[in-house]
Amino acid sequence: MSTLSEQILGAPAGDYVDCPVDRSYVHDGTGVLTLEAWRAMQAGVLARPDRCYVLFDHIVPANNSVTAGLQQDLRMFAREHGLNFTDVGEGICHQLMGEGIALPGEIIVGADSHTCTLGAFGAFATGVGATDMAAIWAEGGTWFRVPETIAIRLHGALALPAEAKDLALTYVARLTMDGATYRALEFVGDGAATLSIYSRMTLSNLAVETGAKAGLFYADGATCRYLEGYGHHARPQQPGECCYERELHIDMSAVVPVVAVPPRVDTIRPVEEMEGLPLDQVFVGTCTNGRYEDLQRFSAMVKGKRVKVRTLIAPASRNVLARATGSGVLSDLVRSGCTILPPGCGPCLGAHQGVLGEGEVCLSTANRNFRNRMGVGGEIYLGSVSTAAASALAGALASPGAVR
Amino acid sequence: MIIEGHALCLGPDIDTDVIIAGRYLRTRDRSEWARHAFEDLDPTLSSRLEGTVILAGKNFGCGSSREQAAIALKEAGVRGVIAPSFARIFYRNAINVGLPVIECECTCSDGEMVRADPAAGKVAIGDRSYLTRPLSPRMREILSAGGLVSYWRGRR
Repeated sequence: MSTLSEQILGAPAGDYVDCPVDRSYVHDGTGVLTLEAWRAMQAGVLARPDRCYVLFDHIVPANNSVTAGLQQDLRMFAREHGLNFTDVGEGICHQLMGEGIALPGEIIVGADSHTCTLGAFGAFATGVGATDMAAIWAEGGTWFRVPETIAIRLHGALALPAEAKDLALTYVARLTMDGATYRALEFVGDGAATLSIYSRMTLSNLAVETGAKAGLFYADGATCRYLEGYGHHARPQQPGECCYERELHIDMSAVVPVVAVPPRVDTIRPVEEMEGLPLDQVFVGTCTNGRYEDLQRFSAMVKGKRVKVRTLIAPASRNVLARATGSGVLSDLVRSGCTILPPGCGPCLGAHQGVLGEGEVCLSTANRNFRNRMGVGGEIYLGSVSTAAASALAGALASPGAVR
Repeated sequence: MIIEGHALCLGPDIDTDVIIAGRYLRTRDRSEWARHAFEDLDPTLSSRLEGTVILAGKNFGCGSSREQAAIALKEAGVRGVIAPSFARIFYRNAINVGLPVIECECTCSDGEMVRADPAAGKVAIGDRSYLTRPLSPRMREILSAGGLVSYWRGRR
């Protein structure tokens, strides 16, 4: 038997394989360089433009005329060459690929490190750089070294107020920032089945923060039901006895709300120990935690109250925003004092919208708290949506247990 | 291919946000990335990169997939990067843009002469020498061609 990565890539760990890529995607950030490399290659035509996606999410809408010009060039290219294209306002690439496009067993390559998010669907999904992507446009495939796999064996179920993000930060801290470099992660065990598709996306999303190439769940009944909603008839994948390089066991019932302390994703502290830390901004969104369930959870906690700190909310996609509009979640968020940003990556990478000033502190539901990432001199604590809601109400880092 | 230059020592877990910050990405001007390389680590560093071989700690280039990180170093005149381990996307990007990367655990002292042969897996720093895993033939070919774009064009 073999690991899920070995099954999908069709070779044992350690082998180098040339594989066709089922779907590839770029965003407005990496797409510009991909297009530049593509033009330099003078490849002529794309091997499979119908399998290629260009999704604008990083600086949307454009913040200045340089960005606007670069985006316009890529937009025109996508239209002329028949690539699938989503414009400003549609949402984050990983979220959109997760809304009924990515399927179990597929090989998916994105020009963004968080492409591993789609491992939640049982796909082998990994990030590459722009030039690799240009070669994929030209050839329809790429090379991989089949990774060894570390199993994250999940036991039990999460107990409120802990949520998937706390579990994700917990496993990253256990593995450390390079503990899974060149490896794949597989989330297995009875606890994995208790997690919703959205929670799985949060867990898979953080895989790259351990250096991992991919973070996979086996497609199960929940995966198939989710994809059924998008008209797909997927089949569950069968985990077997296989050779993991090592196993990490996590008792989910013991997971507590945590924050990752700047500037490292793998340095976590229980929120309870950090209560009272003054905040200048709370940010909810991104490919980690910008889904409908996240907005709903946040609004349920702040509804009828008033946030005490600048609070920015970026829905992960137009679908998420539309659902939040229809259900009343959006108006609850607006009435409680939150600022709604257009669907996209928002301030996560510090390029626009919610850049931090010198000395400012932000609690973010994103996935990176590297030095100066959201603005020079700003500090980022990473936490769950519930922790973000409790903290927004308190104006300082606060434990979600107290509010719930 | 032989890599030669003066050692520049850096710590572990240098992320690509530190190599080139997100605020400088939206341009086609590659010299802009070179000018701002490592700015948030040390604003004076970019002017001293020409002719160096970076000797970094583990997990060099972690984080964002931005290829501008590898391009910035190459444009700034960095001859190569040697580290015990690299984040995998940065590693592929570096090879693809023609920036030599070698996995090797070695002791660093700023300014020492570094001479490395990625094909043979040999690294010499000052009077110390190290043996490491040679690059794969495909990676060597891509590097010799100056990067994946010219390698790809050469194969057609």
